[in-house]
Amino acid sequence: MSPDGTSSSLSRRHFFLGTGVVAVGTAAGIGWMPSILSGRSPSPVEFQPHAFLRISSDGTVTVLIGKSEMGQGVYTGLPMVVAEELDFDPQRIRVEFAGVDPVFNHPFLPAQFTGGSMSTNTTYQSLREVGAMARRMLMLAAAQRWQVPVDGLITDDGFVVDRQGRKLPYGALAELAADLPVPDKADVVLKDPALFRYLGKPQARLDGLAKVTGKATFGIDVIRPQMLTAVVARAPVFGASLKSVDAAEALQVPGVHSVKTVPSGVAVLAEHSWAAMKGRESLKLEWDLGEHAATSSDSLRQTWRALLKKPGLVGDDRGNAPAVWARAEQKIDVEYELPYLAHACMEPLNAVAEVRDDGCDLWLGTQNQSQDAQLVAAALGLPPTSVKVHTQFLGGGFGRRASGVSDFAVEAAYVAQGVGRPVKVLWTREDDMRGGYYRPYSLSRVRAALGKDGLPSTFHYVTASKPVLANTTLGKFAVAPNGLDPSTMEGIHDMPYAMPNLRIEIHNTNEAITNLWWRSVGHSINGFILNSAIDELAALANQDPYEYRRRLLANKPRHLGVLERVAVESNWGAPLGKGRYRGIALHESFGSIVAQVAEISVEQEQLRVERVFCAVDCGFAVNPDQVVAQMQSGIIYGLSAALYGEISIEGGAAVQGNFDSYRVLRQAEAPAIEVFILNSGAKMGGIGEPGTPPIAAAVCNALFTATGQRIRRLPINPLRA
Amino acid sequence: MVITLKVNGQTREVDVPADMPLLWVLRDVLQLTGTKYGCGIAQCGACTVHLDGQPIRSCITPVAAVAEADIQTIESLSTDGSHPVQQAWMELDVVQCGYCQSGQIMAATALLERNDNPTDADIDSAMNGNICRCGTYPRIRAAVKRAAEIKRGQGVA
Repeated sequence: MSPDGTSSSLSRRHFFLGTGVVAVGTAAGIGWMPSILSGRSPSPVEFQPHAFLRISSDGTVTVLIGKSEMGQGVYTGLPMVVAEELDFDPQRIRVEFAGVDPVFNHPFLPAQFTGGSMSTNTTYQSLREVGAMARRMLMLAAAQRWQVPVDGLITDDGFVVDRQGRKLPYGALAELAADLPVPDKADVVLKDPALFRYLGKPQARLDGLAKVTGKATFGIDVIRPQMLTAVVARAPVFGASLKSVDAAEALQVPGVHSVKTVPSGVAVLAEHSWAAMKGRESLKLEWDLGEHAATSSDSLRQTWRALLKKPGLVGDDRGNAPAVWARAEQKIDVEYELPYLAHACMEPLNAVAEVRDDGCDLWLGTQNQSQDAQLVAAALGLPPTSVKVHTQFLGGGFGRRASGVSDFAVEAAYVAQGVGRPVKVLWTREDDMRGGYYRPYSLSRVRAALGKDGLPSTFHYVTASKPVLANTTLGKFAVAPNGLDPSTMEGIHDMPYAMPNLRIEIHNTNEAITNLWWRSVGHSINGFILNSAIDELAALANQDPYEYRRRLLANKPRHLGVLERVAVESNWGAPLGKGRYRGIALHESFGSIVAQVAEISVEQEQLRVERVFCAVDCGFAVNPDQVVAQMQSGIIYGLSAALYGEISIEGGAAVQGNFDSYRVLRQAEAPAIEVFILNSGAKMGGIGEPGTPPIAAAVCNALFTATGQRIRRLPINPLRA
Repeated sequence: MVITLKVNGQTREVDVPADMPLLWVLRDVLQLTGTKYGCGIAQCGACTVHLDGQPIRSCITPVAAVAEADIQTIESLSTDGSHPVQQAWMELDVVQCGYCQSGQIMAATALLERNDNPTDADIDSAMNGNICRCGTYPRIRAAVKRAAEIKRGQGVA
């Protein structure tokens, strides 16, 4: 395996200007053992060769991560990369969430942002360089101390060792290393991957202990001195505006501190959550419901069905898809419908804000630190540098905490402004679920056909949905001037399956219901549509869906490898027990290829997903057990959506508000999942999202085998009336 | 009203409305934030604590109803991860975001108190009220069994 060359390295400027070399912690700063000599209790000196890493004279090694930990494992994986080159046991590393600093910006975006399954693959190279540079400097420090040439020194798990067997722990060298100039990059040699001690091997999560003892602090757990808790009464209908507020009764509720109108609604501030919620129940509010109060899922469907008949923005046009389809004898013309979906993170949204005249502190779980700071500063009329973001653990993210407009951070700042006390704005589950920013509702038409060889000859995809990227800060970088949003067609325009003729037409809708990226973004929609349609074509050609895909991937060795692996592991083709059926799907997203076989049972019209086999090629698995965990996670997240997930709209508002109506997978329904990792050595891909796109199609394709019915509208088991 | 509670072996007096759910007393008043809010309607299990050894949903339990009772939260298990359930959870790296895991662990602990060798069906039935959006269910299943093993081993020793 060759994990090299998987990402661009940090620019030289970043490498050296991160913070440069600083020594902090003692009054004397960079003096030699000043505190011991002066008889004061020694405070540690810190060697910080880069913004990502701090080595203290007390032996503590701290890796600072600008990425947010939402379950995906960066809290362990990123330190592992530094640890490998530093030669230090990852289990002894202390991890700290970094503040907002451009050095933590995404390599491709001017933002400190966690998303797009890119945390590991885009920082891998630079984290290795930082670890290697620090190791080099510690060795140089030891060489100076021992007065020996550095070439004869080695390191061993936190020690610099010389030829005579003398050893010094890194901590003992920190102060000396802090005085050294940063070495030339040419002198910093990265390890031969064949010698990796940690990378590519399972490493226990560094946040495990904190999370099994209840000690991990999520945003919702932050308690500041004198803090108030607030809940906000927001518009009951998308696009509604506030007409009048009568807070008299609410103010009588014991524990209620005050009631305040903010741009998003009316906030009730109280001494604790319960009083805030009770106070909100006692508000008397009048709303102008606006022009969207009649919007429903049915009305949207009708409007969009009409849209699909008109020409849309052309996203791709290869060959002559419409003409080939018109002439074809064996063809399909089908409609796919996917609902709005809430992210439904286990931790409902929240943020703590402390607003002063000269600045603001925010404590929250966010995927979008730098934008939060900018937009909060703008809302408060403060300079962006005066907003300090204290990132906490995220109780799930899935894209919702990468709000395109920093909604929950900005709202907290408005609520706390002028209060003189810190305020935690708590969203109840219903607030969170009815608050919008859903995966878009999508209606699509696919016209596809078979050529004389039985293989697909054409694919004409026309789709209507509210574009995702356009409604985020990425819009200005990613969306074409004509409004073409690449997220709407991702997974289709770049499909791996051989397709001689392809046309994509997109209708950007603009309903009042707000939307956002949801784990795997457009792939969660298009992975289902593409793999369902390919299965339909295989059935039309009277071919086995696995063998059919093999033929369509004949020129894609990586994809073929993943597909064949999952077929072998799932015993594809071997007879199954009575009432058991299989379905298969393959999808590439975020640079990784995932194939899944779902094995289902159908008894008395009850569908049960019994087992899922999953093969993944992400190039190189840094922490293989967490790659397995993310595949399990993506599959179960996708299964919840496939089986039950739906936010439906009635009267301009979301119908579902809690887990009783927005059903998600539970323990008894969870399938056994087997994951197989292919370390192909290809360019490193992401892992947080790619497990999700194939599963809905794999299950529906299995259902077709079982029942002969195609599921083209999700969810499979709607709770619709 | 002033209510006397017994939480994690300690007697605590709180002055709160009688209808305030135990969850918010634990989190906002006693600052025991290991117990989580997830739904407020006993649908997700994130708020699971033990009441006289039984797992309950603290989000729908009025505080006045639990005066006198023995309340145990995640903070009572161990702070060093040495409880068999915590050990198993770490050994199998169950947690992802971790938000639901206090509730999962409290539900599993209660299960193992009454059944030291749970079957899949036992686990399904005891753990079905605890939602995990990260999808750690397969590992939870394995970890409950592993915790039972550790616990049985300790019993022998």
